[in-house]
Amino acid sequence: MRDTKYEKRDTRYEPLSLAFAALGGLVLLFIVAPLASMFVSCSVPELAETAKDAEVRSSIWLTLWTSMAATMLFAIAAVPFSYLLARKDFPLKGLVTAIIDLPIVIPHSAAGIALFGIVSKNGVLGKAAARMGFSFIGTPAGIMAAMAFVSIPYLLNSARDGFLAVPVRLEKAALSLGASPLRVFLTVSVPLAWRSILSGSILMWARGMSEFGAVLIIAYHPMTTPVLIYERFGAFGLKYARPAAVLFITVCLVFLVVLRLLAGGKNNAQR
Amino acid sequence: MLSVREICKNLTPFAIKNVSFEVSGSQYFVLLGRTGVGKSVLLETIAGLIRPDAGRIFLDGKDITNEKMQKRKIALVFQNSTLFPHMTVYDNIAYPLRCRSPKFQIRQRVAELAEDFAVRHLLAAKPQTLSGGESQRVSLARAVASEPRCLLLDEPLSSLDTKSRSQMRALLRKINTRNRMQIVHVTHDYTEAVSLATHVAVMEGGTIAQAGTVEQIFQRPKSEFIARFVGIRNFFKGRLQEPQGQGTDTRWFTSGSPSKEGRIFDLSLSVLTDSSGGPGFVCVRSEDVTIGDTASRTSARNNFEGTIVDIIPAGVGVEVIVDIGVEIAALVTAESVKALGLGCGKKVWVSFKASAVKYVEE
Repeated sequence: MRDTKYEKRDTRYEPLSLAFAALGGLVLLFIVAPLASMFVSCSVPELAETAKDAEVRSSIWLTLWTSMAATMLFAIAAVPFSYLLARKDFPLKGLVTAIIDLPIVIPHSAAGIALFGIVSKNGVLGKAAARMGFSFIGTPAGIMAAMAFVSIPYLLNSARDGFLAVPVRLEKAALSLGASPLRVFLTVSVPLAWRSILSGSILMWARGMSEFGAVLIIAYHPMTTPVLIYERFGAFGLKYARPAAVLFITVCLVFLVVLRLLAGGKNNAQR
Repeated sequence: MLSVREICKNLTPFAIKNVSFEVSGSQYFVLLGRTGVGKSVLLETIAGLIRPDAGRIFLDGKDITNEKMQKRKIALVFQNSTLFPHMTVYDNIAYPLRCRSPKFQIRQRVAELAEDFAVRHLLAAKPQTLSGGESQRVSLARAVASEPRCLLLDEPLSSLDTKSRSQMRALLRKINTRNRMQIVHVTHDYTEAVSLATHVAVMEGGTIAQAGTVEQIFQRPKSEFIARFVGIRNFFKGRLQEPQGQGTDTRWFTSGSPSKEGRIFDLSLSVLTDSSGGPGFVCVRSEDVTIGDTASRTSARNNFEGTIVDIIPAGVGVEVIVDIGVEIAALVTAESVKALGLGCGKKVWVSFKASAVKYVEE
């Protein structure tokens, strides 16, 4: 956050700042131009028609709920784990931290292949799932697994940073008041790190929703919107893929903005 | 009874070595020492935040050295607020009650505590909006709500202004006497020890240099360090009288102090203060006491005739102890001793100004 209270912001425009601003403008343009051109090249009737398309609608709905469910499901394990990472030192902690970041680094198609190995009918998880009567391949469960695999680092890292910022002495005070460690975690640590956990979850959810590579390999069907866009592009060309993309981006943006507002508006538990 | 036995902990740069002491009954135990001497480390070790390298801690006869801190029945109040910022004052005080009591009891108990600690008007407030004194009172109420057997206080008054300080002192005394709560209070300020403690231990270099009652520590310091550190040799418990008439800012302080032979000696001192009357303590630094061989007219309002009972060379200067019914210590130069021909048994006059008498209200 910029501290404008004590340091007056520099409003003069030196040549160097202007040069930097020009470079920044180029980067911004690079992001905005393709999106803007895609939005303007779609006519309203075209969009309306796509919005009525049952296939598009069900794919958007599927993408939304699987990504949200994956985030919530994995948060149950990820949040306590990130607390452990923030508070305890253990052997090979550096290695564990590096492993957490692995899904960000590896190509998502490769991640999909790797995941496929264990969730397929011959894999460990796949066999366990078959015994419980469901399958990962070509099901929402598989989509969720693929989404979670590539997006879990965002939640873990953000929640860990949140817990790191909770003063240890507040937790110790709670312990000395007779509260059990679990109660301290639930009533002091989590509420105080809530903002970071929430923003990490939003990030994880957004990243999972946009996942294409890993989902494509594990579950081509039922089709999530990124896969649908790819398929329409391959089969019918740009003109048919574009309205679906615009629609999906719009829905994602609306959700993202609403969630961000909710997260920001919530009274932040400051120290 | 809290019993600390030969606790050692090396936590660079703080180290405590072989610290032992006992707090029994409803004693108010003040650990007095310079900043960085390891007082807070000791408190945190007792509370269970830090594991000692060696030694044992007993509470009511039970060895709690390896007991989990949430099971110790010892509450620690820190110097800086540890109120939970995401909860209201009510929820903070109710926190230790939540897992033990039914809801209606919690409400009732919080109301009682809020009344006791004068925070009833703050129950709906968030801790960030409280003043230093208010948040310290809430912290104390919360600690008492956990019904500890022993209350540990880490410099609880040091971040408060004068008014909140005297309010807090009164509260602490009340908790100690009415709730019969053992208190271990860590501070670097001797006035807190004088005004609150029943027993004092002075810490120096990670060990306890001397422990005993307030009188023992302040009037008969064992080492020169203690004498220098506690800073005062002359202090008397008694009562500050109401101002007598207009236009005077000196008050009488009367004290029934036990003399060396054990009989009560009535002492009246002039004190320059704007405090209102009431029970309290007065302190006179030995540096401020003058010795003369005759009574002379000076601006000093307090003049007493007495007999020299002891002359002790101090690191700097010489300490002359004069019996005026009670013993008064005066720090003078070796030159003065020679010039006045001071020696044991000699009759002298001691005098000190009313402004040199420091009053600490109880």
